[in-house]
Amino acid sequence: MKNIFQLVWLVPLLPFAGFLLNGLFRKKLSKSLSGLIGCATILGAFAISVALFMEVKSSGGQVVHLFDFIAVKGFKIPFDFQVDALSSLFLLIITGVGFLIHVYSTSYMHEETSDHFARYFAYLNLFVFSMLLLVLGANFVILFIGWEGVGLCSYLLIGYWFKNTDYTNAAKKAFIMNRIGDLGFLLAVFWMINQFGTVTFSEVFAKVGGTPVMVITGMTLLLFVGATGKSAQIPLYTWLPDAMAGPTPVSALIHAATMVTAGVYMIARSHVMFSAAPITMNVIAIIGLATALLAGTIALYQNDIKKVLAYSTVSQLGFMFLAIGVGAYTTAVFHVMTHAFFKALLFLGAGSVIHAMGGEQDITKMGGLSKKIPVTYWTFLIGVLAISGFPFTSGFVSKDEILLAAFEHNKLLFWGGVAGAILTAFYMFRLLNLTFFGKFRNTEEKAHHVHESPASMTIPLAVLALLSLVGGLIQLPHIFGGHPYLNEFLAPAVKIPGGEAEGAATTEYMLLGGTVIGLAIIYFITRKLYAVDAFSGVYEGFRKVLANKWYVDEIYEAIIVKPIRWIGKKVVLFTENEVIDWIVNGVGKGVQLASRQLRLVQSGQVGSYVLLMVISILVFFAVQFLFKK
Amino acid sequence: MKIEYYLYLAIALFCIGVVGVLTRRNAIIIFMCIELMLNAANLLLVAFSKMYHVAGVAQNPMAGIDGQLFVFFIMVVAAAEVSVGLAIIVMLYRNTHSVDINFLNRLKH
Repeated sequence: MKNIFQLVWLVPLLPFAGFLLNGLFRKKLSKSLSGLIGCATILGAFAISVALFMEVKSSGGQVVHLFDFIAVKGFKIPFDFQVDALSSLFLLIITGVGFLIHVYSTSYMHEETSDHFARYFAYLNLFVFSMLLLVLGANFVILFIGWEGVGLCSYLLIGYWFKNTDYTNAAKKAFIMNRIGDLGFLLAVFWMINQFGTVTFSEVFAKVGGTPVMVITGMTLLLFVGATGKSAQIPLYTWLPDAMAGPTPVSALIHAATMVTAGVYMIARSHVMFSAAPITMNVIAIIGLATALLAGTIALYQNDIKKVLAYSTVSQLGFMFLAIGVGAYTTAVFHVMTHAFFKALLFLGAGSVIHAMGGEQDITKMGGLSKKIPVTYWTFLIGVLAISGFPFTSGFVSKDEILLAAFEHNKLLFWGGVAGAILTAFYMFRLLNLTFFGKFRNTEEKAHHVHESPASMTIPLAVLALLSLVGGLIQLPHIFGGHPYLNEFLAPAVKIPGGEAEGAATTEYMLLGGTVIGLAIIYFITRKLYAVDAFSGVYEGFRKVLANKWYVDEIYEAIIVKPIRWIGKKVVLFTENEVIDWIVNGVGKGVQLASRQLRLVQSGQVGSYVLLMVISILVFFAVQFLFKK
Repeated sequence: MKIEYYLYLAIALFCIGVVGVLTRRNAIIIFMCIELMLNAANLLLVAFSKMYHVAGVAQNPMAGIDGQLFVFFIMVVAAAEVSVGLAIIVMLYRNTHSVDINFLNRLKH
């Protein structure tokens, strides 16, 4: 092939074709065929992504011009794809993890009827298409198209079982929260057009230097508002836990591996702007850390297996934003990658557990599953180890880097990060113990039914487990015999002034030792507390506050939703009853009144008719005479 | 003769017709007034036709002839209208023993 970059349009187009096929012919396709279409298109996109990745690795990236999207006088938005280190890495994550999740879904969703099965794959393909558009776009508008597309698909997939009102409400919540963030993003784009006259990445970034810091700060803060919506940060994070209403593979793909990292991607992409706005960076670091801690504490006392993972995702996203806030963009991207591996693994593992338990999601009603579903258990264990940062797993390397970067920046952020990491380990081991150890805390009949998932579910688990184990090795610090290959690869796309910090050997060994000791202690504590025969899952006192998510939803309900509803009701009463009814009734009354007067003209007197005719003719003549040119 | 004289006569005839229609109550008189208005129009047509004929006959022997054609049309239509109208009036008289239009106001029902 002469130039693989000319094929980049195929990457998003293949999933889109899959979406059209599955969406339009969902009543005709059999389950295996729609599953095949769904998986094959993603596999094709993955193959091209790999080729692109190799090409970028050897010869660097380039911008591919497809056509002009918007062209008005003096202002042009081209439909360009930017293939460089950053986007090609994201392409690999999206299509690779996406493909595994598609394969997994063919089994997980098998109980749906065939048209709903095809609908599921259509949504999933549309999602992958939007996400690819998001990372490939070479300007903020194309990025925004993808940005909105993933929001829509998230909505569709959360509300996939649309007959359940709670689920559709969760979908609406996710959509509205995202819209709030999108508004910030959109304002930032408008501001850019006004300020720079362009939205293309390279042109915008070239002009950052000559712009007042306040303007850049404003823009980046607005962009960050967009990121808080999409990537579930304080204050807009509450939609993500509710998004667990969707099918579990959806949670794995959208709400763990890809869509929620869009904010991280966007900031890493526009890091030139963010680096120029120190205030924004501080805000991001603080929000990131606060989110990591808040979500971590909430995750400690959740009893729904998917809710634990959801809050864990929010917490890990907080870590990513912490990394961004201290200027370690490549580290954030690295954590996106490792997180995509182990969080997808954990979600798919949770899906496998739920599948085995016949739809049960409450971990207080599980226990002792390690013997019954060994493959799920082992892969889940690897996921837990990776996310808690067990030495040399992917999570260890990436989190280690984040903490080091925070350490260089600010000691307080570092200790906050350590606290977050401890929380992570704690709630993950709690989840592990409650689910897989102790005694089975459910009915005998259920115990009988527990079974390992089919190969199409366990193979993706195994692949992801392998990636979670070794995924960190590409970025292993020098003292452990590694080399930051990823940083090198990303260097052309994400230039960091001054380079990435590498910790001193003593710091690294301290972190390593601390991690091992900490994990051991946490393991024993959780083992004692949670690997139990009976577990009520009811909490008192402060734990109850945590189990109820700090009552954040209730607070939002009270201070935002209720006032808005109240205003809405008043406005409805006023506009409906006073304004609109007045207009409608007024028209009717006016017509009645006029007709009552006009009716008198029709008297039946021929003389009066003739008189009217004559007068009218005279009036016509007069008018014509007066207005004659 | 000057064209203005024809014009004055036609205007006078037409105004008499209009006033008659507006003021008289007898249906037959109103009919006659309508005929008066029609003939005022006819008079004008003929007068102008003649005027144009005299002015343009050198170039075209048929100049202005169409005005006179219209007059015949109007006469035919007027004759038809009169026959229908008179028939209606006769029927009215047979039924109501009156040709007073102020009395005949039941058309509004």
